[in-house]
Amino acid sequence: MKCDLCDKPAVVHEVSINNGVKKEVHLCLEHAQAAGLSIPGQQPINQLLKKFVVGQASAPEAKRCERCGSTFSQIRQTNLIGCPDCYTTFHEPISSLIEQAQFGSTAHVGRVPNQLHTPTQVELRTRKLLKELDAAVTAEQYERAADLRDRLDKLSTELPNDEHSSGDAS
Amino acid sequence: MNAPIDTIPEHDVVLTTRARLARNLSDQPFLNRASDLQCAHVVRTTQRVMLDVPITDQMVWMDLDELTPLDRSLLVERHLISQNHAESSLHRGVAISGNEQLSIMVNEEDHLRIQVLKSGARLQEAYQELMRVDTILEQHLDFAFHDQWGYLAVCPTNVGTGIRFSVMVHLPALRIANELGKVRRAAKELHLAVRGYYGEGSESTGNIYQVSNQVTLGRSEEDLLEEFATRIIPGLIDYERSAREVLVRSNATLLDDRVHRADSVLRSARLLKLDEAMKLLSRVRLGAALGRLDVPLEAIDQLFVQVQPAHLSQEAGTTLTESDVQSLRASLVRETLSA
Repeated sequence: MKCDLCDKPAVVHEVSINNGVKKEVHLCLEHAQAAGLSIPGQQPINQLLKKFVVGQASAPEAKRCERCGSTFSQIRQTNLIGCPDCYTTFHEPISSLIEQAQFGSTAHVGRVPNQLHTPTQVELRTRKLLKELDAAVTAEQYERAADLRDRLDKLSTELPNDEHSSGDAS
Repeated sequence: MNAPIDTIPEHDVVLTTRARLARNLSDQPFLNRASDLQCAHVVRTTQRVMLDVPITDQMVWMDLDELTPLDRSLLVERHLISQNHAESSLHRGVAISGNEQLSIMVNEEDHLRIQVLKSGARLQEAYQELMRVDTILEQHLDFAFHDQWGYLAVCPTNVGTGIRFSVMVHLPALRIANELGKVRRAAKELHLAVRGYYGEGSESTGNIYQVSNQVTLGRSEEDLLEEFATRIIPGLIDYERSAREVLVRSNATLLDDRVHRADSVLRSARLLKLDEAMKLLSRVRLGAALGRLDVPLEAIDQLFVQVQPAHLSQEAGTTLTESDVQSLRASLVRETLSA
């Protein structure tokens, strides 16, 4: 709900009934303070309101993507991301959205754009093998785990000759 | 099985194969946060690449906002654009190859949706063509990519590879055997989506279903392809074929009765509603696939598209009343089946 006097969110709500007529007032922090809203003790209520606002600010909703202006609350409501930067801005909460949508998967394996350095491909392959190794150990498939470890070792030694690009290995 | 000679792979069960990629430009906001100017910029940038770079012979570009609703519906009926793409109010377009096997939707849900369509079960071919096109496009366009999450998309369900394999299957025998519940349960366990003839949000019509992968992250394109092309789809094809064999063995008379009745109605009807046409064509297709009717599967598959309303209106060259549509549909089906 918006403040009656401006576009900010209303944080103070007052309902009064005079001669059977109901009157509602909804104000943002600044306008509530300016109106000196009738709550006993100016100081404590200011602190209280401040806490309330701080509480809001610390939630992911208050943070906006600098590039597209999305808040995480908008993303969660629509399940649509605003721009590539949102993925970095809201890394943690988006991470759990992705995990949910992808049935537990959390990391990309596969094709990468050709402009990127090729070692990323090796990193991705390594990541994939590590994931399989993890699964094999969890499933107590030790023979498979040993095989995967060998492949990982081989991958790390073959790394410089394995790729056809001359991109630097940063 | 005595299926008529047909060179399209697994055509008795599979109508078409589709492979698609979701891609977004790294320097533009996604569509839900993009201004009109930014949407137009995406169209201009990608259109230029698609028309200037030789991706395939005869690439045709269409501005969807300049097409009539009828033309847009035609593209939907041919599965070249989605219903959402047709109905959207954004500045948007589509590039289509001359053979209609490649379509690149611009500003659908993502900036680009690149899709390759093939008849029959041709996942490998569709995939290779898709990768070829992606390789060309990414030499000219900078796609949004994240080290952990791969190709970035508007919806978290598409991040990673951004690849979706989808096969349109005809499952009349499983429907008769009441086994579709099992198919749906198995699909759910394998993280597959089962949708109707018109894709997302649509119900099945003519016992035709689209089966596609839901996971796009954590598995490579080849991995997903391999599982889909060598296990999931062959498994589903075998399941339908076994159900057909059981039907032939246990109840051939009933099967023939249904198939020939459908054929007779289609050959003699003067008015056909869409649902009825799809249902009867499905039965005729089953009969043809089992060699019990001499009708080419390809002709039936074409009819599934040609009996749709926009195709009939285009054929007539004018907007039609519902009874005109039904009449035209019936005569088109009669002519095709008698040919």
